[in-house]
Order: sequence, then C-alpha cells, then structure tokens
Amino acid sequence: MAQTLALSPAELALRLGDDALILSHRLCEWCGRAPTLEVDLALSNIGLDLLGQAQFFLNYAGELDGNGRDADKLAYHREEHEFKNSLLAEQPNGDFARTMVRQFFFSAWQLLRFQELAASPDGTLAAIAAKALKEIAYHVQFAAEWVVRLGDGTAESKRRVAEGVIWSWRFVDELFTGEDAALRPAWEARVQATLAQAGLELPAPVRGITGGREGRHSEHLGHLLAEMQYVQRCHPNAQW
Amino acid sequence: MKNITPIWEVFVRAKNGLSHRHVGSVHAADARGAVEAARDVYTRRMEGVSLWVVPSNAITASDPGEAAALFAPAEDKIYRHPTFYVVPDNVKHI
Amino acid sequence: MYTVDYSKPQEPRLAEAEDGARLAAFDARVAADDFIEPKDWMPEAYRKTLIRQISQHAHSEVVGMLPEGNWLTRAPSLRRKAILLAKIQDEGGHGLYLYSAAETLGVTREELIEALHAGRAKYSTIFNYPTITWADIGAIGWLVDGAAIMNQVALQRTSYGPYARAMVRICKEESFHQRQGYEAMMVLANGTAAQQRMAQDALNRWWWPSLMMFGPPDDSSPNSAQSIRWRIKRETNDELRQRFIDATVPQAEALGLSIPDPELKWNEATQHYDFGPIDWEEFYAVVRGEGPTAKDRLQARIDAWEDNAWVREAALAHAEKQATKQAA
Repeated sequence: MAQTLALSPAELALRLGDDALILSHRLCEWCGRAPTLEVDLALSNIGLDLLGQAQFFLNYAGELDGNGRDADKLAYHREEHEFKNSLLAEQPNGDFARTMVRQFFFSAWQLLRFQELAASPDGTLAAIAAKALKEIAYHVQFAAEWVVRLGDGTAESKRRVAEGVIWSWRFVDELFTGEDAALRPAWEARVQATLAQAGLELPAPVRGITGGREGRHSEHLGHLLAEMQYVQRCHPNAQW
Repeated sequence: MKNITPIWEVFVRAKNGLSHRHVGSVHAADARGAVEAARDVYTRRMEGVSLWVVPSNAITASDPGEAAALFAPAEDKIYRHPTFYVVPDNVKHI
Repeated sequence: MYTVDYSKPQEPRLAEAEDGARLAAFDARVAADDFIEPKDWMPEAYRKTLIRQISQHAHSEVVGMLPEGNWLTRAPSLRRKAILLAKIQDEGGHGLYLYSAAETLGVTREELIEALHAGRAKYSTIFNYPTITWADIGAIGWLVDGAAIMNQVALQRTSYGPYARAMVRICKEESFHQRQGYEAMMVLANGTAAQQRMAQDALNRWWWPSLMMFGPPDDSSPNSAQSIRWRIKRETNDELRQRFIDATVPQAEALGLSIPDPELKWNEATQHYDFGPIDWEEFYAVVRGEGPTAKDRLQARIDAWEDNAWVREAALAHAEKQATKQAA
C-alpha cells in the first residue's frame, strides 16, 4: 500500500497515543460506578492497559517531534485541536451497553491495526504494538462477550445495546480512512459475527462523522480536557 | 431473593509444576465471566498462569462434626512414615 | 472461600446444655489462637459480630473508592493517574475479598449491599469528608491508608479464617498504598509555595478524622471487650491510635509539615506522643450520617447499583438461556 508512507511515525504515534489516552480517561469515569465490583475491576484493568499504551506512544511522539515534550507535556499542555484521537474514543460513556459497544468497536479495530503495526519498519512502534496486542486481545474478547450477554439477555438490555451500536456506528468510518481502509473487511467480519451472536445486525451504512484525526473534535473532548488538564494548567511548571 | 449472581470459587496455579490453589471467590453470571473476573481480581500482580473456577454450590465439604471420625484414625498409623523404620547408618540410598 | 449451605435447619438434638459445652469448646479454641472455619459451630453472637464487622469493612473499601475517584480524572500526571487507578482498583478488590469472607457466614453480597443502601450498615467515617484538592489524594494514601494498615495488620491474626486470609491478601496489596501517598505528599512539600500550602491544608483537614478512624476510646467502645476475647479484634482502639500517632509524627516532620495539634508532645516517660483531645462529638455526628459528603457517597453507590441493575439481570438471563440451550 503506497499510502502507508503518507503517515509519519510521529503522526501515527500521536494518533494512537491520543486514542489510548482519551479512551482510558473515559474508562476512569466508570471507576466506583460499575454494575458489579468484578466489572469495576475489569474496566480499571482495561483503562490501565490503555494508559500504559498512551504513555509509550506519546513519549515516542514527543521524542520524534524534537521539541523536548514528553507524554505528560503532550497530554496536559495541548489544546483540543492538537489532539488526533478518533471521535469514537472520546464519545461519552453513556450506559454500560454503549461503553461496551464503543470498547468492542475500538478494540477490534486496534487489534487489526496493531497486528500491522507490529510488522512496521519503525522498531519502536512495532515493539509498542507487539506488547499491546496481548492486552488488546483480552479487551476485544471481554467487550464482545458483554455485547453478546446484553444482546441476548433481556428486552431492555437488547434495546440498550442496539442503541449503543447505532451511537458508535457513525464513528466507524473514521477508523478506516487512508491506509486503514484495507482493514475494514476483517473488522466487519469480526463485528458481524459477534453482533449475530448477540441477535443484532450490522447497521446499514451511514454518513460517517470524521474529523478527529485532523483535530476537529466533538463537543465532548473539550470538557474531557478541561477536567484532565485542570491541575497542570493551574500550576504551570510544578512537578507532581 | 431474586437476581442473585452465582458465586464461583477461584483456584490459581502460580506457575507450571504447582497445583491450583484456592484463593477466593467471585460473582459472575456464567463460567466465562467467572474466569475473566478471576483473572481481573486475583491475577493483577502476576499471581498465576492458569485458573479454575468452580460453582460454589458444586463443592461438597466434609462436616467439622465428623472431623474426629474422618481424621483421627490416621494419627496412630505411624508405620506409614519412613522415620518409623530403623536402618543402619552405613546403609545408603534408602 | 467456600460457601456452605447454611440454610440447613439446626439439628433438633442441639439442646441448650450441649450448646453450653460447645460454647466452652469454642471459647477454648479461640483462646488457644485456633482459627474458626466456615462450617465450624460458632455462637450466633460471634457470627453476627463478624458479619457486622466484615461487611462494614467491605463497605468502607467500596465507598472509599469514591473520594479518590473524585480526583482520578484530574490526576496531574499520567504516572499519578495510573497509580491512583491501580490503587482504587485494589480498594474495589479488597471490598470484594471481604464480601466473599462475609458470604461464608451465610449472607449474600446482595443482602449486604442492600443493608448499606438502606442505611442499616455503616462504613468508615473517614470517607464522608470531601477531597478538595489534589493534595487530599496524597494525604489519604499517607494517613488514611496508614491508619487502615495499623488495623489490618493486627487483623491478619483474627480468629475467623476467611477474614484472616482476606486480610493477609489485603495487607500484601496495600503495602504500596501508603508509600505512594507519602511520595505524592513529599513532592508537594518540596514543590512550589502553592503546593506546600496545599499539602499543609490537606494534613490539617485529614489529621483528626484519621485519628477518629480507630473508633471511640476504649472506655466508651461497647463491643471492644467481647471482640477482643473472641480474637475478632486483636488490639484496642486506643492502642492502635497511639501506635499510628507515634509512627506518623516523624513522617510529618520529614515532610516539613506540622501536625495541627498544639498539645502534641513527645513524652519521655511513656515513650509515646501525648496528643490533644479528639472531637468525639464530630465523630458521632459523622457516624450518624451527618458527615459533609455522606449523602453524596451513599447516593453514588445506590445509583451505581440501581442504574446498572439491568446489566446484572441481562447477564443472568443470558446465562439461563445458555443453560437451557445446553440442556436441550
């Protein structure tokens, strides 16, 4: 794929780092509020995995960028339009069904993306991807199982998970722009199989909403950043 | 009471070569969920390489009231232990 | 921890005289530091006291996730954020271990949670104070976890086996909690003027509530004596409180922070710190549910439980359908 070259390692690291950073923040919002203690711990584990990925990617992005910024600097001292995460990652949690669908869609994409990345000529990116793949395989499995439980469970859970699918579906196109377009058939096959198990169908194509990769975000990201960056912005140059 | 999520007993193999050991319990609606809960709850610090989960109500336990009948008869069978037998010091490898 | 069929009716031959003999045998076992296990005969009052204490402990862990969770999304560095998330996750795990221990006594986690939500069960008063600045997260790790560890280390030798085993696991995992809190405080204490102010302010607000965590003084602690006889508690409230103060004062000095107690003074004769009077009226008010954030904490737990009831129901419904399918 000629297009693969279009994205520099720096840009790629920033995108993938921001995805992980923002989604892990969303999972933090569940902490202490999940349906059971067991699920609370599980969401924290996924959040911690993603936070670790974010640190690796963003430190590397800062290194390549040459301005002496580390992961913290990038996380806490950039403005909204400088974030390159996908819109899917920044979507609010909604209910547990929406959170699980978001996780499933995202992790299933991440799995394919990172399988490619693990073979990247950029050794650092390849190493980060190889390490993350083991984590992601579990995330996909965990989220897919919940999608099935909710789809098959009760009338209410089925309604909620179906709504979750509709909510997130609008942001799927963005995951498969540019070089990632080739990953879509495999992703759809995986998603379709799980949705079928859940008694749900793959939604009809919709007009995808994009922009996150270019820094044009939903209204939600600004609020997330306001909260995340508050302490650092109040105390510039302080150590924590 | 309605909607009681089942309890599963969790057994962890710390490393290959050792047997699974009981570590605690989790709540989960199904077996797969129990394995995942056990993984998230009991192996966060690299405590294991393998997990068993067993529905709590599938365990039959001995009755402490019977403990004497069950376990005391073993006490005087000292001939089951190697130290019961005297072997001369100059005889090796036995 | 294996749960046992406690719904089985007591055998009729269990006459009162025999109860007396069993009680004596039980007391002797406990006095000899033997562990009591789930299926063993135990006095009803022992069982009830354990359920109360273990579930209170479990509720404290779970409610305790909230004040720290309040700063998780505002943690000032990615390292601090990961540490805090892992720590809060541990608290959830500890709540889970403790609910499991209580379940071996013939109650369900669901019943215990409902008792909490209905206001019939208590949790530690400390979690009804607000976390107002980031420094509060450091102070909680240092002081609140420090105080909890004093208690929990002693409980590893508590007489009820499942409780003792849960405590062993909890103590092992908690060893990083206090250290991370102290480290966070140290960075603040060595930081900018604003950070130093923040650290001192947090110590000022958390010091006295931390001392109250050990419970009322021994002379007005109704359940203490019996609990000590039963080895459910291993040391008195005042003993543990004194040990905590003795350990913590030098730590504060190392930070260059001052303990908000003008009467605090080293006593050569006793080899302990003397300290000023604790405001027990405030303690009892917080126990009654009048703490500044009591309503918020409980509501957050109720919301988490009730708003997500459909998730638990769905999982059960799915499991049932699967089981039916498999049977067919």
